[in-house]
Amino acid sequence: MAYPKSFRYTKEHEWVDVKGDLATIGITDHAQHELGDVVFVELPKPGAKIETGKSFGTVESVKAVSEIYAPASGEVIEINSELQNKPETINSDPHGAAWLIKVRLTNAAGISDLMDAAAYEAYIAEKGKETSA
Amino acid sequence: MDSSTTSFMSELRKTSLNALHRRLGAKMVNFGGWDMPVEYPSSGGLIAEHKAVRGSVGVFDVSHMGDIRIHGAKKPGGALVAVQHIAMNDASKLAIGQAQYSAMLYPEGTFVDDVIVHRLGEDDYLLVINAGTREKDINWVRENTKGFDCVVEDLSDAYTQLAIQGPRAAEVVQKLTDADLSAIKNYWFTHGTVCGLKTTLIARTGYTGEDGFEIYVPSDVATSERVWHQVTEAGRGFGIVPCGLGARNTLRLESKMALYGHEISDKINVWEAGLDRYCKVEKGDFVGRTALERAKAVGVTRTLVGIEMIERGIARDEYGCCNEAGERIGMVTSGSPSPTLGKNIALAYVPPSYSAQGTVLYVEIRGQKCKAQVIATPFYKRQKKAAPQVA
Repeated sequence: MAYPKSFRYTKEHEWVDVKGDLATIGITDHAQHELGDVVFVELPKPGAKIETGKSFGTVESVKAVSEIYAPASGEVIEINSELQNKPETINSDPHGAAWLIKVRLTNAAGISDLMDAAAYEAYIAEKGKETSA
Repeated sequence: MDSSTTSFMSELRKTSLNALHRRLGAKMVNFGGWDMPVEYPSSGGLIAEHKAVRGSVGVFDVSHMGDIRIHGAKKPGGALVAVQHIAMNDASKLAIGQAQYSAMLYPEGTFVDDVIVHRLGEDDYLLVINAGTREKDINWVRENTKGFDCVVEDLSDAYTQLAIQGPRAAEVVQKLTDADLSAIKNYWFTHGTVCGLKTTLIARTGYTGEDGFEIYVPSDVATSERVWHQVTEAGRGFGIVPCGLGARNTLRLESKMALYGHEISDKINVWEAGLDRYCKVEKGDFVGRTALERAKAVGVTRTLVGIEMIERGIARDEYGCCNEAGERIGMVTSGSPSPTLGKNIALAYVPPSYSAQGTVLYVEIRGQKCKAQVIATPFYKRQKKAAPQVA
């Protein structure tokens, strides 16, 4: 699956799509692949504050619990409530329909520190080499 | 991600099918020091693998399991005496060709490991043990059979062990062997030619709660890969898929089969684990018996129960269990979504006063107390067929 060029990515495998001071956040295709069948998603409530690097929710597959870390700080303005009933969307469309939350950023400029698509693809390729050695 | 790696990759042990799993694109994990497939995206992943086994057939590489042979030395019966001493079930009840679930215990009545004891011959037994406890087990067996008239052999590296599991497993395996599988009852075994390999051990055993077979073939890579390919080829018409340890875990959990380090351990005794029917105190002395008799008189303070989540949330290993007052009363040992039942299920140790079906418990999930209730186990029990159907 292609990694959208307009997104930014974290080392913990979240993506963020910023438009002005609004950010949409999800987990990457690599993350959903590592997790396997996603069966449960726990997200913050609208109005909650999230903070860069801190966990704001969890995604669970049959076998594992994975924390989701905030790529930026801000206030949650909307959550993807569809995922409660259809968590498997995270496996099928992680960069699109399975967005997790929308956030009003406190510092939109900070996003540029994150990896772009090319850097992220290189990052996961490098990690793949480590584990198949 | 849950990659609780305890040793470095370079130290991980590999089965003879490791390269094949990697070629199949399996996701590999460290399981008890072994580099093992957890699921195969090419099979459709864990849930698809689980459903294949419940609905048709799947194949697992379980070569990481260990094998200890104990056979007689000078006088007849020496091996039986040794096996009776180190394992809690009554091996004297076994016919040649029969197997039984049993366990090896510490003097405290807690678990060294659970085992399947196969009676191979007149005074000849094969103990199949867990991967993560292999060295500990073999050392313990050697230590505790010192002075007994028997020979203990570690055959763990000699075999590639494949588990072919599911309602269509017999049909698949029958295509590959001259042995009459319909004549083998559950927990019995035979020796036959499988994939051209003479005197292959074929046991009607498994860890999935389905019908199925475990076959033991020579562990060289060429033979192991050839047999794997022949099994998958024979199962093609039945939709056979390679299955990983992920599905193996959800399958055994639905069937309430114990996993060492979870439901059973060196801290948990036989009565607590509810394995009474495999522990024969009346057979005579064995390691752990005295402590168990004492423990029986005192009664248990915790017991293993099955629970299902009522509120949203998945109970996981080592999550706490609380009562309605919010007091911590127990602990989850294994928990997962159940692909067969479509519910979130778990096994947990709680005081006996909380073990009745319908008892409400609360599982602590990331600081939230989520409502659950005690339900009957096993969570899943297969429908037994009138007669095994073998093509």
